[in-house]
Amino acid sequence: MSKTLDGAGGLISVPALLHRNATQFGSAPAYREKEFGIWQSWTWSQTNEEIEALALGLLDLGVAEGDFIAVIGRNRPYLYWSMMAAQMVGAVPVPLYQDASAEEMAYTMSHCGARFVIAGDQEQVDKVMEIQSELTEFEAMIYLDPRGLRKYDSAKLTQYSAVQEAGRSKRAALQPEMKARIAKLDYDSTCVMLYTSGTTGKPKGVVLSNRNVIETAKSSSEFDDLRQTDDILAYLPMAWVGDFIFSVGQALWCGFCTNCPESADTMHTDLREIGPTYYFAPPRVFENQLTNVMIRMEDASPMKKRLFDYFMGVARKVGPSILDGNPVSLIDRIRYQLGELAIYGPLKNTLGFSRVRVGYTAGEAIGPEIFDFYRSLGINLKQLYGQTEATVFITAQPDGEVRSDTVGVTCPGVELKIAENGEVFYRSPGVFVEYYKNAESTADTKDAEGWVATGDAGFIEESSGHLRIIDRAKDVGQTGNGNMFAPKYVENKLKFFPNILEAVVFGNGKPNCTAFVNIDLTAVGNWAERNNIAYASYQELAGHPEVLATIQSHVEEVNASVAQDVMLSDCQVHRFVVLHKQLDADDGELTRTQKVRRRIIEEKFSDIIDAMYDGSDTISTTTEVTYEDGRKGAISATLDIRDAAVQTVNSQIAAQ
Amino acid sequence: MLDQADGYMTADGRQIGPVVMEMKNITLRFGGVEAIKNISFDIREGEVRAIIGPNGAGKSSMLNVISGFYVPQDGQVLYKGVQRPQMRPYQVAQQGIARTFQNIALFEGMSVLDNVMTGRLTHMKTGMFSQALWKGRAEKEETANREVAERIIDFLEIQAIRKTPVARLPYGLKKRVELARALAAEPSLLLLDEPMAGMNVEEKEDMSRFILSMNDEFGTTIALIEHDMGVVMDLSDRVVVMDYGKKIGDGTPDEVRNNQAVIDAYLGVAHDE
Repeated sequence: MSKTLDGAGGLISVPALLHRNATQFGSAPAYREKEFGIWQSWTWSQTNEEIEALALGLLDLGVAEGDFIAVIGRNRPYLYWSMMAAQMVGAVPVPLYQDASAEEMAYTMSHCGARFVIAGDQEQVDKVMEIQSELTEFEAMIYLDPRGLRKYDSAKLTQYSAVQEAGRSKRAALQPEMKARIAKLDYDSTCVMLYTSGTTGKPKGVVLSNRNVIETAKSSSEFDDLRQTDDILAYLPMAWVGDFIFSVGQALWCGFCTNCPESADTMHTDLREIGPTYYFAPPRVFENQLTNVMIRMEDASPMKKRLFDYFMGVARKVGPSILDGNPVSLIDRIRYQLGELAIYGPLKNTLGFSRVRVGYTAGEAIGPEIFDFYRSLGINLKQLYGQTEATVFITAQPDGEVRSDTVGVTCPGVELKIAENGEVFYRSPGVFVEYYKNAESTADTKDAEGWVATGDAGFIEESSGHLRIIDRAKDVGQTGNGNMFAPKYVENKLKFFPNILEAVVFGNGKPNCTAFVNIDLTAVGNWAERNNIAYASYQELAGHPEVLATIQSHVEEVNASVAQDVMLSDCQVHRFVVLHKQLDADDGELTRTQKVRRRIIEEKFSDIIDAMYDGSDTISTTTEVTYEDGRKGAISATLDIRDAAVQTVNSQIAAQ
Repeated sequence: MLDQADGYMTADGRQIGPVVMEMKNITLRFGGVEAIKNISFDIREGEVRAIIGPNGAGKSSMLNVISGFYVPQDGQVLYKGVQRPQMRPYQVAQQGIARTFQNIALFEGMSVLDNVMTGRLTHMKTGMFSQALWKGRAEKEETANREVAERIIDFLEIQAIRKTPVARLPYGLKKRVELARALAAEPSLLLLDEPMAGMNVEEKEDMSRFILSMNDEFGTTIALIEHDMGVVMDLSDRVVVMDYGKKIGDGTPDEVRNNQAVIDAYLGVAHDE
């Protein structure tokens, strides 16, 4: 197969790739979904037929070229097919976050002017119904799961299977049109539009072309030697660029199988049953799994616990070296093999990682202990650095060069440069076309030569050539003494403690640094249970004196570690508050991808922040909360403000 | 207004069918105590029928009369137009009546799936011997029944606990599993004894959603007892109100809500004799 920049062997669009897979790997599984307790599967040729039927049905509904089709729901084969069917008729799929509120959806859908919506179930249909008066262009909605929808006014509603049926029955009449539209697709046609999660301000619609998606899928698949026989589990939001690249881009390019879980709650069981060979998870998932393992080991019998501790010690010592192919003594190799038999093998099986050949984590920094834990078990977990605007891949760690504090070397075809102020810029075939209907932001982000600002501050480590990210460039500031303030650097160190779920550090332009801390209910709750500490709510547990003391010791440990770093030693946390509520995307405090929205938190909790700086010991506050169904309520609490010991560093001397 | 022979149309446009179960002048005594005093009402096909009342009003006794567990001293119970003889519980189940219990009665040591499968028992025809061999007909039958069970597991969104032993589940989920088991029998009449008792608001909302979609999707006729007035008024098509074993109200939620006897029973009334 010849591979040129104009698309390898004519594979210049999603339908073209699909056609190739249906002819070349026709009988290989393309999609699986667990339903009714059984893994249902579709081969590439069946998938092709399903998608074609839907595409014809979309034509029948009157979908025009260039129309936007919003796709909302949990990861299901049918919804992946919806995106591909949209591409087949020259329309642009716009996957949306399934847990977005109706208002959030109203914004994105009216921004792109979606004429059609393909919704997973009643919940999503309800949300669209609620906002349809605001959506001037909205015409029709296709729904997948008919449950609870029987009584709905059917004027704008059609069932997915009915659309496919209509498509099948009118195949002869509609097929020429579909073929003509497919033929018009080229490397620069729009492949998909994805909305950014919007850490600041309104989400922006990132337009990605076929070139972006296919070139990226191709080079990243080669980078990690992905194969047709690989299996992935698709469980991350479909609206997230990573899922689009893994479950559509790379899946189509390589022809591997995408597996969809039965429901969000069964993800871990399904993971175990499928045993993916290529796996992606944000650090939070790995943290939760490790916390669960540790909690269960606390309850295990002493014999098992001793075995676990012994062999985990062995693994920590030699596991990463074995994985990286470095020399390890024979004795240690034998010990490690025994451990594999007794502990690592069964543990990996329980976690669903027995077959993982390539595992990635990204999005946030991962704690070194967590990262090393998985690597020492022999799981090839690596880090990558990317963003929607780059079609994910900017840098990734090659096999054998994996560390917890870097994000790897540039991916094939990517160029990198660091600006004066430390901001990272890149240029690659994956660089997005534009922000939809937002030329101003496009120009701000992407310059004439195609360099894109990441908004992250970082540097390239000279010894290894790996990129290291410190913080968001705009969050990097100065403390009162004029030293560098990088909140995320400190927050990450705090979050590496299992007891701390989330932390927000303040201090830009302030005399010293202070922090909000969210406890991890799983870890702290388990500790409370073992120590016979009764609590009725999250709020009560978070305010427990012993919990506060534990968190204080964590903060002080972090201060000691931050003090080591001359550049950032001023970021030590002087005072902190353990918040009475968990920061939540529903309250706008986090993005849908669970990133902290600093400005909003600063505004919302300004009273607590003021109290941390005016020397008060307690602060009474009332906070508005949004329940899952959209209703609002308020919780009030009196919070203790604690002082943490800080290390004195004479930066003047250290600098000399 | 509600006594047309062929049923009626509900406010949300569902067609309610003919009478499935009719209670005629039921009186139930335990020794000298009259738990139910001369009560008559009917349950129609496809409706959600609630029985409410303060503590000790005789609601559970009424449900036990409907389920055939108690046999009233006076009065007639007509099921599908036929006077019901005294029956054993399994005969009641065979007639297509399933129920849940106020204090959950599940097989604690068995998995959720196995518990739901027990609900399919009345639909299994093969004998013990062929089931033990698990060949041919028995295997096919189990597959078919498992499919029904899985659809219900999917419906009630309990896939994640399919293989979990019931004993390890929290209360709210146990209630849901019990509902799943009752539903697995594909009953023509489903009796729910305080389905929301001891639940928090969120669990109650979930349960209400399930009851409504059960009725909507499978057309299951449901008779339920419930304390939570708000829930009852939202869920049911018609409500029977009992107090001290007597029927003090019967009608749509709105009619019952404005019924003076009902208001007195719930809010209390000044005794000025």
